[in-house]
Amino acid sequence: MNIAAAATTLTVNGAETALRSPSATRLADALRCELGLTGTKVGCDAGDCGACTVLLDGEQICACMVPVAQAAGRNVTTVEGLARDGALSDLQATFLRHGAAQCGICTPGMLMAARDLLDRNPSPTEEETTDALGGVLCRCTGYRKIVEAVLDVAGDRTCAASDTAAGTGAAVGARVARLDGVPKVTGGDVFGADFAPPDALTLRVVRSPIARGRFETGDLEAFRAVRPGIAAVLTAADIPGSNAFGVYPVGKDQPVLADRIVRYRGEAVLAVVGNAGAVAALRDEDLPVSWHEEAPVTGIAGASADGAAIVQAGRDGNVLARGRVVKGDIERGFADADFVAEGAWRTSFVEHAYIEPEAGWARRIGDRLEIHVSTQSPYMDRDETAMILGIGEEQVRIIPTACGGGFGGKLDLSVQPLIALAAWTLGVPVRCTYTRPESMASSTKRHPADIRARAGCTADGRLTAYEFHGDFDSGAYASWGPTVADRVPVHATGPYVIPHVKNTSCAWLTNAPPSGAFRGFGVPQSAIANEALLDDLGGQCGIDPLAFRLRNAIRRGDETSSGQVLEHSAGLADCFEALQADWDRERAEAARINRAGGPLRRGVGVAGMWYGCGNTSMSNPSTMKLGISADGQVTLYNGAMDMGQGPNTIMPQIAADALGVPVERIANVAGDTDRTADAGKSSASRQTFVSGRATQIAGEELRAKILRLANVGPAAALEIGDGRIVLRDGDAERTLDLRAMTQDAEGDVLAADGTFDPPTKPLDADGQGVPYATYGFGAHLAVVDIDIELGTIKVRRIVAAHDVGRAVNPTLLEGQIHGGVAQGLGLALMEEYIPGRTENLHDYLIPTFGDIPPIDTILIEDPEPLGPYGAKGIGEQALIPTAPAIFNAVHHATGVRLRRAPATPHRVREALLAAQEAGHA
Amino acid sequence: MSVYLRPDNLEEALDALQRRPLTVLAGGTDFYPARVGRPLDDDLLDLTGIADLRGIADEGDRWRIGALATWTDLIRADLPACFDGLKDAAREVGGVQIQNAGTIAGNLCNASPAADGAPNLAALEAEVELSAADSVRRLPVTEFLTGNRTTALDAREIVTAVLVPKLPDAAASAFLKLGARRYLVISIVMIGIVLVPDGDAVGDARIAVGACSPVARRLPALEAALKGKSLDAALGEAVSAEPVETVLSPIDDVRGSAGYRLDATATMLRRGLSNLGRRMGEAA
Repeated sequence: MNIAAAATTLTVNGAETALRSPSATRLADALRCELGLTGTKVGCDAGDCGACTVLLDGEQICACMVPVAQAAGRNVTTVEGLARDGALSDLQATFLRHGAAQCGICTPGMLMAARDLLDRNPSPTEEETTDALGGVLCRCTGYRKIVEAVLDVAGDRTCAASDTAAGTGAAVGARVARLDGVPKVTGGDVFGADFAPPDALTLRVVRSPIARGRFETGDLEAFRAVRPGIAAVLTAADIPGSNAFGVYPVGKDQPVLADRIVRYRGEAVLAVVGNAGAVAALRDEDLPVSWHEEAPVTGIAGASADGAAIVQAGRDGNVLARGRVVKGDIERGFADADFVAEGAWRTSFVEHAYIEPEAGWARRIGDRLEIHVSTQSPYMDRDETAMILGIGEEQVRIIPTACGGGFGGKLDLSVQPLIALAAWTLGVPVRCTYTRPESMASSTKRHPADIRARAGCTADGRLTAYEFHGDFDSGAYASWGPTVADRVPVHATGPYVIPHVKNTSCAWLTNAPPSGAFRGFGVPQSAIANEALLDDLGGQCGIDPLAFRLRNAIRRGDETSSGQVLEHSAGLADCFEALQADWDRERAEAARINRAGGPLRRGVGVAGMWYGCGNTSMSNPSTMKLGISADGQVTLYNGAMDMGQGPNTIMPQIAADALGVPVERIANVAGDTDRTADAGKSSASRQTFVSGRATQIAGEELRAKILRLANVGPAAALEIGDGRIVLRDGDAERTLDLRAMTQDAEGDVLAADGTFDPPTKPLDADGQGVPYATYGFGAHLAVVDIDIELGTIKVRRIVAAHDVGRAVNPTLLEGQIHGGVAQGLGLALMEEYIPGRTENLHDYLIPTFGDIPPIDTILIEDPEPLGPYGAKGIGEQALIPTAPAIFNAVHHATGVRLRRAPATPHRVREALLAAQEAGHA
Repeated sequence: MSVYLRPDNLEEALDALQRRPLTVLAGGTDFYPARVGRPLDDDLLDLTGIADLRGIADEGDRWRIGALATWTDLIRADLPACFDGLKDAAREVGGVQIQNAGTIAGNLCNASPAADGAPNLAALEAEVELSAADSVRRLPVTEFLTGNRTTALDAREIVTAVLVPKLPDAAASAFLKLGARRYLVISIVMIGIVLVPDGDAVGDARIAVGACSPVARRLPALEAALKGKSLDAALGEAVSAEPVETVLSPIDDVRGSAGYRLDATATMLRRGLSNLGRRMGEAA
C-alpha cells in the first residue's frame, strides 16, 4: 500500500499519463515540472489565488493542494486541453476579444473555473459567474471584462471588441485584440517560472527573520560539503562588483546579499544553489546563521523620534529625501479665504500582489551573461546587474519573459543579481522563483503616508490656498522614495487652480521593506486628503461637490502649483462634466433611499485627479526601432515592457499607422536588450506617451525613407510583399526590390529608429519649473452603500472619466481603468501589508470578483500634440481618484470623514461611533 | 524518504496509525498552505482512498457526514432546512476549488477559531466520531474543539464522521459571516443559528458564534431568553450585549478589534434572528 515509489497513472487532457513524482507532490508541480504543462500557474501554493485551477474529473480544484496520489485514475484537464486541433475554444476566443486577459498569469485559472461553470450551466447569471470564478484572483483587470466574457460565451457575441483587421491607417483608435494574447489564453505564454534549461540549478534565498540586527554565518563550506546536491552557498563576500543597488544613479544603498547587518525582515542574506530536490529539502533554520536582534525603527513616528536609532549609517535623522513646492504667499492665501478646511490622514503599506511571484533564470555564455526574467525595466536590470558583477553593461543581456503583473513592483531588482551571480560564478544555468511569502516579505511596497493638509476658499468657492505636508515611510532602502518625495508636492493640490501653495514632503528610513514604485508614486495617498478637503470646503460654501470642482478645475492656460502653464491637453473639466448626468441621478436616488432610514446608507462621491506622464524633471527618453526584412516582414523592436498594460499591442498599432501598413503586418520583438533599444522603464505612465511617440517617429522615418527611395509623394500607399514594396501614388506605381538591398544584423534591409524625450525643465528650490511635458486627467464618481451598524462598505458603481489625449486602443484603456479602480478600491477598503503578519494572500486581502462593481468608463480625448496621435498615459491615472471618491461617498452618506486607509469594517464602525459620541452624525 | 500511505479501507488506516505517528491528509486545503516553501517530508496517511468515509447518509435518527464529504458534497446533498445555515457556510469556504476539495471533518480537525463550519455544527449539536483501531468514541463538536488549533483527537485516532442528530422538519437555520471582502475571506465574526419551532413560538434555540473566541461558542443565556418568544421579526430584540460579552473572548487583530467583534456579533445576532424569525413565522 505504500505507493511512494510507484508511478501514478492518470489521464491528462485526454491522454493516459504516468507521473513519477512522489505521491505527496503538489499536482501543480507535477504538471509543470514533469509534464511541462506550464500553462497551470503557481501564484501562492496555498489555495489563495486560484491561478493553478485545473479540472479534476470535471470539477475545478487548486492543483497546488492536490497530492499527485489523489489524481490516480482520474481525469485532469488543464488550460492546454481547452483548444482543439489548434483552434481556440469559444471561451478562449471570447476572453481574447473582450480583453479579459491582461498580463495573462491568472488567465489559465480563470478559464478553467469558467469551463467548470459553463459545463454545468451554459447560461449563467452574473452572480453565478462570480460565485463560480470567485476563487481566482486577478490583479490587472478588475474582473469586469472577465465577467463580460463568460456571460458572452452564452450570449450574442456582440461585444465592441475587437477590430483585429483594422485597415491601413486605422489601427490607432481601433479595438485591436491584444496582439500577444493568444498564448495568454492557451497557456503557451512563458513567464519567469515557466522555463529553464534542464541542467539549471535552483537558487533559494535565505532571508532575515528579524527586522533589524546583526548576523554571523558559521562554516558554510562544511554545511555544503555534507549535502551533495548543494553546489554553493553565496554570501555578500562572493559579489565581485558593487554590493549596492538602487534605481537612482547615485545613492545606491540596497545590498544584493546583506553584509553582517540586516535592516528589514525578508532581506536577502544567503543564496543557496543546488539541484532542485536538495534545495527544496532545506529549511532556512538548517543554515548556520546566528541572529542578534535589535529593536527596529518602526513607522514614521519611530524614525523621527528624538534619539531614534539610525537605519542607515550616514543618513542622520533617518531622512531619505525631502520635497517642496511653494508658490505665492501661503499666509496671504489663507488670509484671503472665507472658509478653511483641514485634517490629517494615514495610509498603510500596500503590496503590489501581482499574481506572478518574481522569477527568472540566467546562464553564462563565454564572457557574457544572459538573464531571462519577469521585469518592467530590462535596461536598468542590465546596467545594475553589470555593476553588481563588476562587468561591462554590454556583457549582460536581458531577455524579458512574459511579465505576470508589475504595477511598479518589478522595477527594482529581485532575482536578477542573484541568478546572475550564481550563473556567472558556477558556470551553469541557475533559476529562481520566489514563493508568495518571500515575494511579499522582500519586495517593495506603496509608501505608508501620514498627511496633514489644509485648504482655503472664498465665499463663492474659489480656492485661495493649499498647505500640505506628507511624511512617507520609505522602509530600509531608498528605492523610489526620492521620487515619491518629489512627485507628491507637485501633485498634492490636485488638478485645481490655487494661487498660494506650500506643499512639503519627507521620506523616512525605517526597518521595514523598502517602499518603492506603486502605481501613482504617493499621489493616490495625497489625493485622499486633497479631495476630502475640497468636499469640506464645498460644504462650507454650500456648493455641490461636483460644481465646486468644476469651478476650480485646472484648464488650458492655467498655471499649476509648479508655475507651469498648461498649453495643450487638459481635459479635466470635460471629465467632470461627463459625470454630471450620473451625478444628478445618483445623488437624487441616494436621497430617496436615505429618507427611508435603516442601517444601510447610500452615498455618492466624486474625486478628480491629475498625473504627470514621465519622470519628474528628468530626461527619460525612449528609442524604438522598426525594420523591414528582404522577405517583407515588418518588425518593431519594442523595448517598452508589457506587463499586461499593452505596449505589445499599442506600439504596433502606432507603428502601423505611421508606416502606412495594416497592423497585422507588424511583428513585435519585446524588450530583449540585444535587439531593442532602451525604451526606459514601464513606469510613470510614460510608455504610451514617450515610447509611443518614439514609435510614431520611427514609423514616419521609415516611411519617409521608403518614399524617398521610390521617389513618390507623401500620400503614396505601401504594399509590402515578399521581396518587394509596391508603392502607388495616384496613377504612378513603383516597386522597391528588397532583395537587392543590404541586410543589417537583424536581417532587415530597411530600418529606422525614433527617439523621444519629453521636454521638461528642472524644478528650483521652491519646486517651480516644468516637471512634466503633459498630464493625464480624470474624475471618478463612486456610489456606495454603508452598513452603519457593521461598518461595511459596498461599492455599487464607479463611473470613471479620463482624458487620455487619444484612445489608441479603447479596449485596453478600459482594462487599465478597470484595473486601476480595483486597486484604488483595495487601497481604500482592505489592503494593509504588515511585515511578518500579512505575508500571504489570505491575510493580505486584495479585491475579489465580488468586490468590484460595474464600472462605466468614459474616454475623453483632448489631444496632446507631443503624444503619438495625441495620446497620453493612463496606467497610474486610473487608480488615483477611486479611493477619495469612495471616502467622499461615505462622508455623503454618513457625515463621517474617514481618515485611515484601509477603511476596514472595524475602523469604519469606530469612526461612526466616535462621530455619534461627538454629536456629529 | 517519507512515507505516503493511501489505504482503501479504514482498518488498514487505523492499524497504520497504531504503529507510527502519521499526518492525516484528506482534502489537503490546510495541509499544503502550511508548507509553502517548506519540504513535503511528513509521513502521510491519505484517507481519500477509503470509500466508506465518503458521502452523507441518513442513519435514521441522525445524519452521517462522512470524513471525506466535501463542502460541495454538502451543498449538493438533499438535506432538511436545519442544514441551510451549514450549506450557506459551505458556500463561503474559500472558492469553489476549496469547496470541491476541503472536507467538513477536516475543517474541524484544523480547529481554526475562524473555521466556517464550526458555528452551525455547534448549533446543530453535531458530534464528531473518533475511531481508533480498538475503539470508537463520539464527542460533541464543542468538546472536540479544545482551543486555537487544538482538538481532543488522539494521535492514533481518525475522525471518521460528523454526526448530526435529526431535528423536527420545521426546524430552520441560518449562517451569517462578516468579512472585509466578498470571496475568499477569513471571517471577522460568524453566527450560526438553529431554531426549532413550537407552534408559532421558539421551542428550542441553538446559537453559536465563531471567530470571537478560540473555539465557536454557544450562547446559552440568549438561547434561554429566546425560548417561547414569538417567531416573527421582533425575535432579534431578545439580543442584549450582556450574554455575548460573558461568553465570548475575542482578540484584537488585523481583521478587527475585540470591541468591534462584540459589537458586530450583537448586530448580526439581531439581524439573523429577526430574519429567521420572520421567515419561520410566515411559514408557520
